[in-house]
Amino acid sequence: MQAQGYLRTDGRKGIRDILIVAYLVECAHHAARRIVDLAADPQVHLVGFPGCYPNDYAKRMMKALVSHPNVGGVVLLSLGCESFDREGLAAHAANSGRPVETIVIQQAGGTRSAIENGLQAVKRIKAEMADRAVRVPLFLSDLVVGTICGGSDGTSGITANPAVGRAFDLLVDAGATCIFEETGEMIGCEGPMAVRAATPAVADAIVASIAKAETYYRTMGYGSFAPGNAEGGLSSQEEKSAGAYVKSGSRPIVGVIKPAEQPIAPGLYLLDVVPDGEPRFGFPNISDNAEIVEMMACGAHLTLFTTGRGSVVGSAIAPVIKVTGNPETWRRMGEDMDINAGAIFDGSATLDSVGADIVALVEAVAAGAETKSEAMGHREFILTYKSFEPSGPGCMPRVA
Amino acid sequence: MAPAVILLHPDDNVVVCCRTVHAGELISVADVEITAAETVALGHKLARYPLPAGAKVIKYGASIGSMTAPVSAGGWVHMHNMKSDYISAHLRDAAKG
Repeated sequence: MQAQGYLRTDGRKGIRDILIVAYLVECAHHAARRIVDLAADPQVHLVGFPGCYPNDYAKRMMKALVSHPNVGGVVLLSLGCESFDREGLAAHAANSGRPVETIVIQQAGGTRSAIENGLQAVKRIKAEMADRAVRVPLFLSDLVVGTICGGSDGTSGITANPAVGRAFDLLVDAGATCIFEETGEMIGCEGPMAVRAATPAVADAIVASIAKAETYYRTMGYGSFAPGNAEGGLSSQEEKSAGAYVKSGSRPIVGVIKPAEQPIAPGLYLLDVVPDGEPRFGFPNISDNAEIVEMMACGAHLTLFTTGRGSVVGSAIAPVIKVTGNPETWRRMGEDMDINAGAIFDGSATLDSVGADIVALVEAVAAGAETKSEAMGHREFILTYKSFEPSGPGCMPRVA
Repeated sequence: MAPAVILLHPDDNVVVCCRTVHAGELISVADVEITAAETVALGHKLARYPLPAGAKVIKYGASIGSMTAPVSAGGWVHMHNMKSDYISAHLRDAAKG
């Protein structure tokens, strides 16, 4: 593919050169948002963590995001009295070779001066990013690609999800790193999944992650198999789950990772998104964008998002490619959709041809082409409290 | 031409309807021709081959349950003649003691 990436000091390559403005508590959110709005630059994105007391998960996520390969520079917005270790986060960004500035609103003298200082910081950091940019040839083997689904319907399991599975096979064969998740929607697939594990330790980790998801959903009282599923033709829990699981394709599963853990070698990974410990409240992820943010924290350069009824979201930092399996959604919401897997229904496409189209679009987007959600200005971001134990050593592939 | 059904994996013994398929419709699926036994809607499954009771139902190349009654090729496969084989993790653990 004909693409140039942005080389980072850790050897990873970005497909974008984004300046992120990150608020470190909700109290700094407004000033940060104003800075991004007034900068009026599509390459300046807003991210942040709203809590006053970040836990380990939030700290790991923010560290992973400020050093994401698509990020070239960082402006931190602090109120001043929140507990986030802003010096530590700034040092992490600086040590990763990225220009960084921190605005403390209480020291700046309030909202107005923080916004003015922030806008000047954006200008300086942008100039430094331009000086530091190192462009290098980019290959599919440099890419980390995630997949999630949202707004699924009866077409998702027939067209969009298996087509993404075909694309994942092509990407893995080209040396890319691919990540799938939503263990809570794969209950009943642990048997076939474990068979695909590259090592016995990874097989054990897969089975344990699904058992954890099952316990979590049962404790919360969330059933997965609903009457509407049966009307749509699904006959069993494992059939419904297989429709989500098929996004993973058919290649060996080389590792199981948790949010903010980075794959250490190419291949296909399962991202375990269900919190560890006692189930506490709500769904493991508060919305589809929380899943995308976790994918990014694992290094995903872009996300393949399958939808039936039609999600419109994009993301800060990493482009989102939306694949709809429903031809009606393509007709109604084509402005928001990148790939029409629904063309399989009229015979003008096949699972294999859509899979190849997805890979071609991944290459184009990696080379700089805008996705529909990028062009529409979608820059969603959400980060909340969750908790995880670190993964065991057997969860990663063995690297010679 | 708009396909009536889709074969999601070469190992599958069911196909999935891409539109409403009418009773008596002749449908070719890779290696075989089947006749739809009844009218079924998009997303529902038809047997690719005759399946005896107890046979695993294979979709996406993996088992999605077992037949509880036999079905002929082209017959509708759903909850009236197949069942889930899934045993949830906590019940499996309980069975192990």
